[in-house]
Amino acid sequence: MANLKLQLLTELLKILPEAGIIQDEETLRPYECDGLSIYTEMPLMVVLPDSVEQVQKIIRLCSRLETPIVPRGAGTGLSAGAMPHREGVVVSLAKFNRILSIDADARQARVQPGVRNLAISEAAQEYGLYYAPDPSSQIACSIGGNVAENSGGVHCLKYGLTVHNILALEVVTAEGDILRIGNQGYDSCGFDLLSLYIGSEGLLGIVTEITVKLLPVPETTKVVMATFDRVEKAGDAVKQIIAEGIIPAGLEMMDRLAINAAEDFVHAGYPRDTAAMLLCEIDGMAEEVDEHIARVSAVFNKEKAGCIRVAADENERQRLWKGRKAAFPAIGRISPDYYCMDGTIPRSQLTKVLTTIQSLSDIYQLRVANVFHAGDGNLHPLILFDANVAGELEKTEEFGGKILELCVDAGGCITGEHGVGVEKLLQMPYQFDPASLEQFQRVKLACDPQRILNPGKGIPQLKHCQEYRSLSQASVGRHADK
Amino acid sequence: MKTDLHPRYQNTTLGAEAETILRSCVHCGFCNATCPTYQELSDERDGPRGRIYLIKQILETDQATARTELHLDRCLTCRACEATCPSGVEYGRLLDIGRGVIATKTKRKLRERCFRWCLKQVLPRRTLMVWLVRLARWLQPLMPAALQRKIPAGQKPGVLPVKQHSRRMLLLQGCVQAAATPNTNAAARRVLDRLGITLLEIREVGCCGAVGYHLADHGDGKYWMRRNIDAWWPLVEQGVEAIVVAASGCGAMLQDYGRIFRDDPNYAEKAAGISHLIKDLSCVIGAENLHGLALDTSKKLAVHCPCSLQHAMGEVESLEKLLKRAGFDLARVAEKHLCCGSAGTYSLLQPTMSQTLLDRKVQALTQDTPDLIVTANIGCQLHLASGTEVPVLHWIELLDQTSH
Repeated sequence: MANLKLQLLTELLKILPEAGIIQDEETLRPYECDGLSIYTEMPLMVVLPDSVEQVQKIIRLCSRLETPIVPRGAGTGLSAGAMPHREGVVVSLAKFNRILSIDADARQARVQPGVRNLAISEAAQEYGLYYAPDPSSQIACSIGGNVAENSGGVHCLKYGLTVHNILALEVVTAEGDILRIGNQGYDSCGFDLLSLYIGSEGLLGIVTEITVKLLPVPETTKVVMATFDRVEKAGDAVKQIIAEGIIPAGLEMMDRLAINAAEDFVHAGYPRDTAAMLLCEIDGMAEEVDEHIARVSAVFNKEKAGCIRVAADENERQRLWKGRKAAFPAIGRISPDYYCMDGTIPRSQLTKVLTTIQSLSDIYQLRVANVFHAGDGNLHPLILFDANVAGELEKTEEFGGKILELCVDAGGCITGEHGVGVEKLLQMPYQFDPASLEQFQRVKLACDPQRILNPGKGIPQLKHCQEYRSLSQASVGRHADK
Repeated sequence: MKTDLHPRYQNTTLGAEAETILRSCVHCGFCNATCPTYQELSDERDGPRGRIYLIKQILETDQATARTELHLDRCLTCRACEATCPSGVEYGRLLDIGRGVIATKTKRKLRERCFRWCLKQVLPRRTLMVWLVRLARWLQPLMPAALQRKIPAGQKPGVLPVKQHSRRMLLLQGCVQAAATPNTNAAARRVLDRLGITLLEIREVGCCGAVGYHLADHGDGKYWMRRNIDAWWPLVEQGVEAIVVAASGCGAMLQDYGRIFRDDPNYAEKAAGISHLIKDLSCVIGAENLHGLALDTSKKLAVHCPCSLQHAMGEVESLEKLLKRAGFDLARVAEKHLCCGSAGTYSLLQPTMSQTLLDRKVQALTQDTPDLIVTANIGCQLHLASGTEVPVLHWIELLDQTSH
């Protein structure tokens, strides 16, 4: 290992300045994890290239030395997708932080992968445009990371996920070659490689440039907040709004724990003493927005909402959303650690799944806070735990696994937008049959025959799947017995 | 985040405080988005989240070298991260702890130690500073151009009010500001005199302690703090409405006295009492009726709200609100949350990063062609003035000049 490290270092120094290589154990430590800090691993080194040529050379070098590469953006991911490899190099794309061009007429922007999601909308603002997908971490997360995980966000109910908002990518392949996929138009012939690469979690290549679609800022945007004394009522209201034929720009639910933590941070005026709260945003032309807001409010009334409030101005609207977007980390105010799940279920199953999660919470004796994209059924149960208490992390992981399996049983899937990473590997065989997993492996090998790109993430090894199946069958009911 | 403190720090007050802060961090990384050094360097180690991780490592292993120290040194302590942090991590406090601990583990180069020692000895001493500023002005023509720009222009404090009003407040005389821009406090006294308030300056009160404290010499910092508490306390007991501070860098430090001395049986109560009375000048004047001032508001202003005012003291809007209410036309300013690079002694200790941030800030402040730049802290004022042709003033001087 020491030899390999020395050889790598000698060769890397020919590619990068010394300041672009971090290899001392002392200051490598902050790179041992991403936003999911319970999974850690120390890499051999971290490199910070700032040109595509450097990325190509680094990949070629790693390919020659058969050294794993873990790409990293802003390190805000929640599935340990950027957790380093013990024998590998972390390639940080953080220095790729320039917006290359904005074409207001064509409504698109060319950006580097390290640009923050929110920075794109900020830059497009002067043209009356914005980039629609807005993960809650949009202030910090990078667009490259969004591409890797196919991130969603509050507004993906109406405007789609990352995959629906990207026009083209420049990717450096596992061989160090440049691949340009997608084009300026909405369709291209041949296989749809764009869809393959978006959400591939750094397993197929390293993205070095992204062309994103920009949308005009809607003429009017309004948000209505409603509170409910029972979570089920809120769930029913969600179903009812969609059944009315309304597609809100965002439709989000928060429960009592989440409301209170977020309120402590933003002072948005969330009612603290309520079981659940919905935030429903409508955008479009003024007349349409007013009509829909009235219809949504009527649904809330029918479902016996406690308090219904339409944000009076842009300030109040921003504040209401700020609390929602900061809700995950705000949980840090009420619990030292949390574990965020990312299952997606059909809307019709909302109430049933939430109730089951609550009963699991009682069984495992761990609190759960819910903050999620109710409109598209993308749940984010946050399991609150204390990593300093022995055994509590393991219990939390098991509980989390049960929630994901519950989502699959309800006809949904184990990840809506955070990716599989390391975190959900165990649940992959629950979601997919062996034939599908094998197909994933074939795709992976076709793009990366040496398996040097983010190995060990995203796709489980088949032998592990079988082990997991037998293990999980053996443990069924273990906690239910308690 | 999970923590596992080294036995040396377990069951210590410092360890317990650091652990509480570390445990409130959930490692989300939002802080990096508003951190000036992370924005410039794009290195996890140069953002708050990485620094928190490095400090955690120091407290868990009881080991650290100059490699870690470099990244802690690069922090401006602008505390923009604290305003961004949804989990409420008290980063500034943790950094002070981390810097204090690492100072016991590493030995800086002799040149660096001498420089830091000089800063601690010179900056807080008002009389010495007055003479040094005069000497510097005298030698200015002989200096290289880059250095010349850093010397504050000469200022006369003007006539001070003599009338005694029934409303009384204390005014921090300070150290660097008193020497470099003596007109700031004089203007504050005149404007408040017109509003019917007498500001009292106590000669014995000196540096707020920030110079030493933020240079990881907590003993030196506390020496100045105790001196100030002792000097102010008799008047505070007699009853004053507030302690007014015209330099928000000092204001932020003074607001922290209560916490710094909370375990000191002799000073805890007094320090908390003083912290409670601290008010930035913009808040004091903002609460008054300004009609009596009859201001000339023809100038277009670019406002730089110092980090110490917006992030540390939490007064994001007090200054802009006041100037708007007074009728001034405010220029469009980008990246208001970012530090100008002055950050106390930072501009002297980390000149390269400081200059990069200054250029970025000047660009953001002047894009809308303002007539004047106004700010609320001596460090920012001198630093900005060194980087632009647009005149830079403490806003109180403007109010003083334009009111009749």
